[in-house]
Amino acid sequence: MKNRTYHNPVGVGKYTGLLLISPFLAGALLLTLYPFVSSFILGLTDCGLIGQPELIGLENYREILSSREFLQSAGVTLRYAAILVPLKLIVSLGVALLLNIELKGIGAYRTAFYIPSILGANLAVVIMWQFLFTSGGLANQLLKLFGAQPAGWYGDSAHATAIIILLRLWEFGSAMVIFLSALRDIPREYHEAAKVDGCGSIRGFFAITLPLLKDVIFLNLILQTISALQEFNAPYMITGGGPMGSTTTVGMVIYDEMFRYHNAGYANAVSWTLFVTITAVVLLLFKVTGRIRKEHP
Amino acid sequence: MKKLLRYLILTAIAAMMIYPLLWLVGASLKSNDEIFSSAWFIPKNPDFSVYIGAWKTVTPYTMGHYFLNTFLIILPKTLFAVISSVLVAYGFARFDFPLKKLSFALLMGTMFMPSIVTVMPMYILWSRLGLLDTYIPLTLPALFAAEGSFVFMLIQFMKGIPKEFDEAARIDGCGALRTLFYILLPCIKPVVVSITVFTFLWTMNDFLTPLIMISSVEKYPLSLALRLSADSTGDGYEQNRVLAMSVIGLIPSVAVFGLAQKKFVSGITAGGLSG
Repeated sequence: MKNRTYHNPVGVGKYTGLLLISPFLAGALLLTLYPFVSSFILGLTDCGLIGQPELIGLENYREILSSREFLQSAGVTLRYAAILVPLKLIVSLGVALLLNIELKGIGAYRTAFYIPSILGANLAVVIMWQFLFTSGGLANQLLKLFGAQPAGWYGDSAHATAIIILLRLWEFGSAMVIFLSALRDIPREYHEAAKVDGCGSIRGFFAITLPLLKDVIFLNLILQTISALQEFNAPYMITGGGPMGSTTTVGMVIYDEMFRYHNAGYANAVSWTLFVTITAVVLLLFKVTGRIRKEHP
Repeated sequence: MKKLLRYLILTAIAAMMIYPLLWLVGASLKSNDEIFSSAWFIPKNPDFSVYIGAWKTVTPYTMGHYFLNTFLIILPKTLFAVISSVLVAYGFARFDFPLKKLSFALLMGTMFMPSIVTVMPMYILWSRLGLLDTYIPLTLPALFAAEGSFVFMLIQFMKGIPKEFDEAARIDGCGALRTLFYILLPCIKPVVVSITVFTFLWTMNDFLTPLIMISSVEKYPLSLALRLSADSTGDGYEQNRVLAMSVIGLIPSVAVFGLAQKKFVSGITAGGLSG
């Protein structure tokens, strides 16, 4: 280790590279590591708007785990991710498969599918989405058009959750683009060989395409899960967390505790609880999918 | 036949994707009654005067003011992001140095770091430095190659450029920085375009960071101004005005996406970057 040689062009010292990446290292310390540790320490205090903050150990965590409000929001967030992520993966993979042939005007389709992902986080679109589901909004107009009963979208938890899920599902384009580029990398010969061997297109999908895509599917699964568990914008703006807290995500609880009630200590403990949960879910996904990912090398 | 079916399904999905946006544009030109009585997006009597009110907003400032604010954030942010990401990626792609593996693992780690854990301590830090309600908390982090996916995309791209190019430059007497500038930079132009476009779009979309860091209306970026108008208009009246503001607010993003679209979609495909 000590005598490791560094393979650099002639005249370049071993610290040149380190110097070049130093902005990143400084940033990792200042913008990631520092707040990360600082958040944990704050979570051990009763830091609030008034008084000197004092260390109170794991008191915040005990309060969190017995708080009905937190437990409800944890349930809401996990259920939301459990519904949204699989749906989004299926839709984005399905559409990517449909797009993965030589079609005329394919670029226009790709653009149409991608635009919502680009604009979806824009507040203008979030406002639009809120309008779509008001009692006389587009969603109900369409339901009437097809002879169904218009719904009171903001009135019950199932419908309110559906509004948020539909918005995020509408933004499947970013996941689709990743799938599409992976599909393009699969050599055409594989499918042709399978066809010669009498393999139908459905069997071809399960025998060739799916195993080759497993890494990309996993990547999308992780990315989508992490972002779903942090959901804040959409429920904050569209449903306000209601009705009866049924769309109040953990992200919203953190925001309220920190910026509305100014309980910095408690808020940081909640955000660490969320961080640990996200890490646990990601590790669980690694473990559960590990066997599948290894079986088809 | 099969192809026709494929077209039909794709067209149906495309219609579902685009129709809400068409509806938004149409609804902004409708009367408030008409917005909520018809699913069809084309207004019967389009009323363009609503856009004058929308441009003026319900605040003391016009939309133009908020656009300017947003661009004052986007401009330095983009510049910082491009310079820092290119330097860092160059270091990773072309040089060997102590702690390289660890640093790379750190880069991957920051990409998966949930931002929710870091946002509150950063708020406290900026507040102690007395920099809340300035654009520094929104722009300065970009100077530290804060967006790992940009660096990652650049590394991938740089690795595809033959090292012989660098060698040739070195023989001609170019140092590390001049090699980067004259040899690599021209090759990575498409990625630089992608970084610029993404920084633009993400900053236009960003809501939580300015919500936390910016408190005076005068300094609001567009996203906060939109929220303010949506909240203060509420239900009942002037809904077409809020919708018109939303349309105006989307125009820069749509325009940038449209202009860069060709280069850009192939760029993301190459880098595996998501939106």
